[in-house]
Amino acid sequence: MSSALDSRKAPTRQPVSRGWAATASVLRLRELPVLIALSVLVIVTYLINPLFLSAQGVKDLLLNATIIMILAVGQTLLIVTRNIDLSVGSILGLVAFGTGSIFAAMPNIPIIAVFGIGMAFGVVLGAVNGILVTVAKVPALVITLGTLYVFRGLNNAWAGGKQYFAGDRPDAFGGLSVDTFLGFPIITLVAVVVVIAVALYMSGTRAGRDLYAIGSDPEAAKAFGIKVSKRVLLAFLANGALAGLAGVLYASRFNSVGATTGTGMELTVIAAAVVGGVAIFGGSGSVTGAALGALLLTTITSSLTAVRVDKFWQQAIVGILILAAIIIDRLASLRTAKKLRISEARNV
Amino acid sequence: MQQTDSTRSGPLREEPALTLIHAAKTFGPVVALADGTIEILPGEIHALVGENGAGKSTLVKILAGLHRPDSGDFRVAGESVQFRSVGDSKEAKISVIYQEPTLFPDLSVAENIFIGRQPKGRFGLISRSAMVKEAARLFERLGVPIDPTRIAEGLSIADQQIIEIAKAISLDAKVLVMDEPTAALSGVEVDRLFAVARSLREKGTGILFISHRFEEVFELCDRITVMRDGRYIATHQTVDVTVEEIVKEMVGRDIGALFPKTEAEIGGVVLEVEQLSRAGVFKDISFQVRSGEIVALAGLVGAGRTEVARAVFGIDPYDAGAITFEGRRLKARDPQASITAGMGFVPEDRRKQGLVMELSVARNVTLTLRNKFTTAGLINGAAERRAAKHWSERLHVKTGSLEHPVSTLSGGNQQKVVLAKWLATEPRLLIIDEPTRGIDVGTKSEVHRLISELAGRGIAILMISSELPEVLGMADKVLVMREGQITAELNRADANPESIMHAATSTAGGTP
Repeated sequence: MSSALDSRKAPTRQPVSRGWAATASVLRLRELPVLIALSVLVIVTYLINPLFLSAQGVKDLLLNATIIMILAVGQTLLIVTRNIDLSVGSILGLVAFGTGSIFAAMPNIPIIAVFGIGMAFGVVLGAVNGILVTVAKVPALVITLGTLYVFRGLNNAWAGGKQYFAGDRPDAFGGLSVDTFLGFPIITLVAVVVVIAVALYMSGTRAGRDLYAIGSDPEAAKAFGIKVSKRVLLAFLANGALAGLAGVLYASRFNSVGATTGTGMELTVIAAAVVGGVAIFGGSGSVTGAALGALLLTTITSSLTAVRVDKFWQQAIVGILILAAIIIDRLASLRTAKKLRISEARNV
Repeated sequence: MQQTDSTRSGPLREEPALTLIHAAKTFGPVVALADGTIEILPGEIHALVGENGAGKSTLVKILAGLHRPDSGDFRVAGESVQFRSVGDSKEAKISVIYQEPTLFPDLSVAENIFIGRQPKGRFGLISRSAMVKEAARLFERLGVPIDPTRIAEGLSIADQQIIEIAKAISLDAKVLVMDEPTAALSGVEVDRLFAVARSLREKGTGILFISHRFEEVFELCDRITVMRDGRYIATHQTVDVTVEEIVKEMVGRDIGALFPKTEAEIGGVVLEVEQLSRAGVFKDISFQVRSGEIVALAGLVGAGRTEVARAVFGIDPYDAGAITFEGRRLKARDPQASITAGMGFVPEDRRKQGLVMELSVARNVTLTLRNKFTTAGLINGAAERRAAKHWSERLHVKTGSLEHPVSTLSGGNQQKVVLAKWLATEPRLLIIDEPTRGIDVGTKSEVHRLISELAGRGIAILMISSELPEVLGMADKVLVMREGQITAELNRADANPESIMHAATSTAGGTP
């Protein structure tokens, strides 16, 4: 390049030192506020009630978070692309009841096959959402609000008054949510593997990065040649698979599955993602954050119980958390906007 | 008209990086491009100039793969091509940088450069450090200090353009198209951009540079191609021509006969605008409009004309200055007060701002004077219809019934409904933004006659128009704006295409 260019380096902006840059990038992490909130919560609760962090206490905390965590990971895949799935609770319900039915019909079926069938069922339901959204071009909010009721209706028609209980399932299957490996419940380890795998996909593959580009500016993504419909459809399929997985795990963890299993869960899942720093209008956030959000939400409930706060306060506190997450996000973007104005004013 | 040498080249006769010959593009009945012809050589900076609507952006969109030409010959590096998508254009090593680049605001600068082709490292995963290092190397080469790890949101337009250029370089672009890149840049930023463009030229990149600023064109470019009314006019070596010759080619056409202006008696001052300023949008705008006078605000799109009109009418705020209407100071930011005082505003975008498309013709006409027909909060339907009928007939609105929705009318008739709507308020001043945009030629002159008639009845008219024939044909006085300032105030006698275009495009306000 010509020397004329090299002499043009603007004197005003100095390269930041490496150490400061690293600190700054940690501070900018969207997951940081959740992590801090979670630590404070756990420490304070422990000081009031030391039983909270007993081996059994920790195990309970993790078990409670597991299913929401997996659902929040799937939901994040969609929210990042400016989509959403309100039907996850209904998908989970259908798959959980399906799992119960399979064990009732074929008590000796290998457990791994049940996982396969459950996830495949989830993919089919996710495909219904995904195809409607990408082909009919109706906003996901509306489509999945519809399928929330359709899937729930199917579950009602199928189950009627019938319920399957823990006793109807093989002991090994129920054991998944009781047994531990290195102190961690097995189903929690499944969730951790899911979080890591999807986190790597979203941060480390071109397809994963495309999801962020789509949510950041869908029109620009289309103009840029990113296959928007294909990526969004795949995200719906993946979310369906994860909701299916969560459904099977639900059947392992909880005592009974029936027509109303998973009702209302979608809101907890979306709350977990938002609290975990996933921007509701797409473009940013991580599955790690969403998983931490899920852990924070379920931990709050336990810790409020542990310190004997009235149960009725618990929902209000969850609500305040959501608002806090959104306000923090808004303040951050206002700060960026202000910076932009200042830098433009200097140029004029 | 000068017939020139599209085949003539620079000193070295080499394979052109890109040629487009006789490309045409129509959208339904509208001819966007009748003859798009351009030749870009490797290692040249080629300017494309023309008025608004000359077909430049259609030509750019063809190069970008956004539009497919209906006919014509399109070659890249000698090979005939047919682009089906933006991807095809990119694959042919053409990069297009728009006036306002579209980056992904939530992604990092480095990722914006490499999206879809991020470098991979261990385990086949994207290597963020390699990506950042490569981006930093590109910025160093370009001599700009942009942090590759920051997110794109909040970057200045100038920096966003540099990022697009960095992307083009990393894509190894052979042709770089810059569509009015300097419109939003400050002086220093323009210098930086030019330095980058020159260094790319040295490396053999062919650059198509679109600009309305002649100083820039003459400073930077090796050749200039002129377009007018969707047609190729001529290509010149920059050293062989003058600004005046280029301007003449840009505007050269018959003007006058089409718009018979009826002489109106010009009376007292109706609107006086003094030193109106809004930071970053317009500055020190002062003018008067008298009753019966048609004042045209001419200039290029983006010069700040609409913004001034909106501030005068009270839609947008202003920082300093005063607006006096019929001797009384007008309240800022209060359109309702402006209407009550006797002003009307016909916006540029009829569909979005001027009409409620789903409502009937009658309802639309009477929308502005609902209070007049209202008793105890209810609209008196009969009175409403009477008023609607009266005004629609006076303006010759062609509609089957006044009860039909406005959306069923043609563009010209819709414009008449908007005019009727404002005339029903009996204004003393009417601001009309682009009165004939998107209207067919026949109805155009009818709209012009109507405006002329209104002036004849003593209404003061402030008209914003990007069409020179319209400005020259209609206006008693022409105010030319450029980059938020009035660069010339011309009387009817002094206004001609050259004087207007000159004031609209160069910093010096005088006429050639």
